[in-house]
Amino acid sequence: MNSFANRFSTTDHLRELKRAQANIEDDEFSDAAWGSEAGFGSLAKGVPTFSVPAVPDPSAFLRLHTDDHADPKCRIKIQHGTTTLAFRYKGGVIVAVDSRATAGSYVASGTVKKVIEINPYLLGTMAGGAADCQYWETYLGIHCRLHELRNRERISVSAASKYLSNLVYSYKGMGLSMGTMICGWDKTGPAIFYVDSDGTRLKGDLFSVGSGSTFAYGVLDQGYRWDLPDEEAQELGRRSIYAAGHRDAFSGNTCNLYHVKEDGWHFIGNYDISKLHYDGPDNVDGAGYGYDVRVGTRS
Amino acid sequence: MSIMQYNGGSVIAMVGKDCVAIASDLRLGNQALGISSNFQKIFSVTDRIYLGLPGLATDVTTLRELFRYRVNMYTIKEEREIQPETFAHLVSSTLYEHRFGPYFIEPVMAGLSKTPSGSFKPFIAATDLIGCLNFAKDFVVAGTASEKLYGVAEGLWESDLEPEDLFETISQTMLNAVDRDAYSGWGVVVHVITKDKVVTRTLKGRMD
Repeated sequence: MNSFANRFSTTDHLRELKRAQANIEDDEFSDAAWGSEAGFGSLAKGVPTFSVPAVPDPSAFLRLHTDDHADPKCRIKIQHGTTTLAFRYKGGVIVAVDSRATAGSYVASGTVKKVIEINPYLLGTMAGGAADCQYWETYLGIHCRLHELRNRERISVSAASKYLSNLVYSYKGMGLSMGTMICGWDKTGPAIFYVDSDGTRLKGDLFSVGSGSTFAYGVLDQGYRWDLPDEEAQELGRRSIYAAGHRDAFSGNTCNLYHVKEDGWHFIGNYDISKLHYDGPDNVDGAGYGYDVRVGTRS
Repeated sequence: MSIMQYNGGSVIAMVGKDCVAIASDLRLGNQALGISSNFQKIFSVTDRIYLGLPGLATDVTTLRELFRYRVNMYTIKEEREIQPETFAHLVSSTLYEHRFGPYFIEPVMAGLSKTPSGSFKPFIAATDLIGCLNFAKDFVVAGTASEKLYGVAEGLWESDLEPEDLFETISQTMLNAVDRDAYSGWGVVVHVITKDKVVTRTLKGRMD
């Protein structure tokens, strides 16, 4: 717990780096004592520690080797294109995301899981650095469980998201890249918080994040109402991701749809965006979202 | 980002037995934003020569008109139809004229050339944006998905394919390659050129 307090005593990243380096050097628990770190990776001590490049300015070093629009030739590619959305309505929260991962113009994968299931009541979405989102949202899950054990009560969405935003803020300037929505249902009802690696944390009813977010917002805004029936709300999420997948070169392949209700989240389905274009969600030939309108006369 | 990727798009041409095929995607984009799913990049030069122009969309239109003009002048002066080999050199020298301020296009040509005996010989060629000719015996590719097209074509292409099999090969190559490229796709068009007819088919491709 002392190390935890120490961890958040300052947010200055230079001091952060010094501490990280000190941590590596004065290894309280030797690996020999554990045999290994028992599969906990850098979490064995309770608070994650990261080795930092031994150069005068580690974050500049990292930036130099991390993908940037300015330098497409650099070695480490970070997932850029994405469309994710979440909105709150009377029946809960709808979370919908695409599944494309690109490295430059190359479609590296079409089956990425961009919704991270933190626990049965919390979902996180993934935009920006895939590893950053996956690691820190899983880490958030550990702390949500610890909160439950300590307080005999589930953590609120607000508290969970604040935990994450404080955490990423402490790494500000060190190259973390994430734009995420923490969605869930707590005592106050359905809730969504937008958290990004700049340290922004916003409460809201409707968010969309990623390169295709503008397209998704277009559909979302014209179809959104607080008292949407469940079926229509799910359809709106799906249709918005379709719109983004269709128009945005860096989004697409499939849509993953989740519905958060009072009893936790439910996975609704995985929909092929091209199938939605031609045949629609019910898979009726020619009853798609776009085929007839756009290219009806072609064979 | 390169100007060659500004609008996106790809073309491939393949040789078969007494036939050739040329295919392209139908996307016109403005960087990541898809604009049109019906943008033709392949044009007929004569009944037996087709020309694909992947690259910057404004130059697609400009070059298409420029080649139409030059081929018409050739036809009038020579009083005969241009042959694919001659046309390839016309394309090459037209592009090299702009050596120090090039058109951002990498043309791909496919056609059948007449032999002295009166039969037809398959011909394909491609050039870079300043006119370096590449006469290949199997297939040529160009555009934003060119690396992916090379990969799939190396795996699928065989020699002496009949027109129907060549159509299948080039279609599968194109459809699968553009699915791995963010800037190409939104439908595919295929032309199979044989000595007495050209078969043009528009394929249903992924729309994302």
